[in-house]
Amino acid sequence: MADLHPDNPYAPDRFADRSKAVEFPSDAKARFDWILTRYPTKEAALLPTLHLAQEQWGWISPEVVHYVGGLLDLSPATVFGVVSFYNMYNQKPVGKYHLQVCTNLSCMIWRAYDIYEHLCEKLDLTPGQTTPDGKYTVTEVECLGSCGTAPVVQVNNDYHESMDVRKMDDLLARLK
Amino acid sequence: MDPIKVLTANIDKLNSTSIDVYVEGGGYEAARKALQMKPEEIIQVVKDSELRGRGGAGFPTGSKWSFVPKNAPKPTWLLCNADESEPGTFKDRVIMEKDPHLLIEGMIISAFAIGSNPMSYIYIRGEFYYAATVLDKALDEARAKGFLGKGIFGGSFDFDITVARGAGAYICGEETGLIESVEGHRGQPRVKPPFPAVIGVFGGPTVVNNVETIACVPGIIKNGAEWFKGFGTPKNTGPKLYCVSGAVKKPGVYEFPMGVNLKELIYDHCGGILGDRKLKAVIPGGASAPMLLPDEIDLPLNFDAVMKAGSMLGSAGIIVLDESVCIVDAVWRLAKFFAHESCGQCTPCREGTNWMESILDRMERGNGRQQDADLLLDMADNIGGKSLCALGDAAIGPVISSVKKFRDEYLYHVTHKSCLPETRRYRRLDAPVAAH
Repeated sequence: MADLHPDNPYAPDRFADRSKAVEFPSDAKARFDWILTRYPTKEAALLPTLHLAQEQWGWISPEVVHYVGGLLDLSPATVFGVVSFYNMYNQKPVGKYHLQVCTNLSCMIWRAYDIYEHLCEKLDLTPGQTTPDGKYTVTEVECLGSCGTAPVVQVNNDYHESMDVRKMDDLLARLK
Repeated sequence: MDPIKVLTANIDKLNSTSIDVYVEGGGYEAARKALQMKPEEIIQVVKDSELRGRGGAGFPTGSKWSFVPKNAPKPTWLLCNADESEPGTFKDRVIMEKDPHLLIEGMIISAFAIGSNPMSYIYIRGEFYYAATVLDKALDEARAKGFLGKGIFGGSFDFDITVARGAGAYICGEETGLIESVEGHRGQPRVKPPFPAVIGVFGGPTVVNNVETIACVPGIIKNGAEWFKGFGTPKNTGPKLYCVSGAVKKPGVYEFPMGVNLKELIYDHCGGILGDRKLKAVIPGGASAPMLLPDEIDLPLNFDAVMKAGSMLGSAGIIVLDESVCIVDAVWRLAKFFAHESCGQCTPCREGTNWMESILDRMERGNGRQQDADLLLDMADNIGGKSLCALGDAAIGPVISSVKKFRDEYLYHVTHKSCLPETRRYRRLDAPVAAH
């Protein structure tokens, strides 16, 4: 039978199997224990724990969904519901450099689409895809709150402000 | 009117984020003073100052605090709304990245006034990673000095703050969406009533205040309500951060007494319009605020005056559009934003925002229909006031105002199947789209 939902983490062949199980290394586990002390309920620790997991593994795989659910006594469906609601949790692997171009109104006026289109063309990517070498992913994102220094490109966690196509090329050359 | 430096007094100092620099400039004196006062006295001073919430709605802060019931069965919470996601707004980020202790001090005072339990959260949008690290470091410094933690400032009040990072959802800037998100849920707004002041986060009474609002509090406690009212006009008091972006020569954050003239701000302080082109429209309060035409901008930027002009001050995110901007394209971009950010809970907003986006897009592509402008107004009428939170109402702000004020340009798109010759489109229509 054809796979109607290739991205569905709950597709039978992707259902978390024990051989792929994940676990926080000790430093992340310590961080997780600290997070738990900061909230009155276990469930409230879900967002920070997912951030921690994404720092660890780069994306929220089905195995991570099960693992985090187990840590916080939540069903995998609850965890996945939260993962899919929020933009920043990657539901598939992203490149080493996640290039997020804001194209909202103020950035658009300062020619953000030029940068976005240039990146897609230069890296030969459809937005959301990753280059075959696993280095770059390009995404169009909504307002990053940096309108006064538009256009802004967020690379992983860092903002690069007042960008243009030439500066983007220079930056790309530094992102090895 | 000249710019002032009240909320931004520290941001240009060397090491402005360090606690020593902040204390040297008189920092944390207001918190010490407040802890010697009675909570009711603090609330009264804030009421007297006529401080209104800087997040968008302009609700009087002192009143908000006084709604918290005294003998609630569950603990009271203070949440700081740092989920600054309204397109065109970037003021809170400046405070958090450059002067985090101002926010922390404001939170200590606010928490004491409302009788908060010993923990509170700064809910910051996930993208502000740098600001979150600055805040975390500042919190550590404050803990080390005994300004946070058990018995702060050597007294009997226990108080600590945790930075809670969002993960990319505009709707979490909505009060109850934020509360849901802090609890670890999808950020879908709640039905009101009960209002958060009665039942909010973790079932307890909750006060949610914007970063800039809280940053105003130390000054009020230190210098008094009269000092605060010295800025601006009655009912619209205090220093205010204005974010100007879009087609101006010098975009950025500007601080003025509440009520700087919009025209003066754009032409005198921001250097005028990019390329000395003509002004076409101004969005005065973030993406959700209805547009103003060039002949409507000679007005003071305060809550009441902008409301009277048919728009809203909102978060004071001023987006300037010059004559080269295609209005349909600009509104399409905002509609796309709201369609993306609708949480999906209420049908009118979830479906309506997507429809508006597609209609605007088809007009841009030359496939518009004669009745499309009216169709947009009709749809807006079916979204506005028909959803749980204000996102639907926000989404129709730019659509209704632009159709009413630029109807000719909309019709030109239908009859000529292109944009006005003097305008440009900023994107390629054959540009790659993300695979969903």
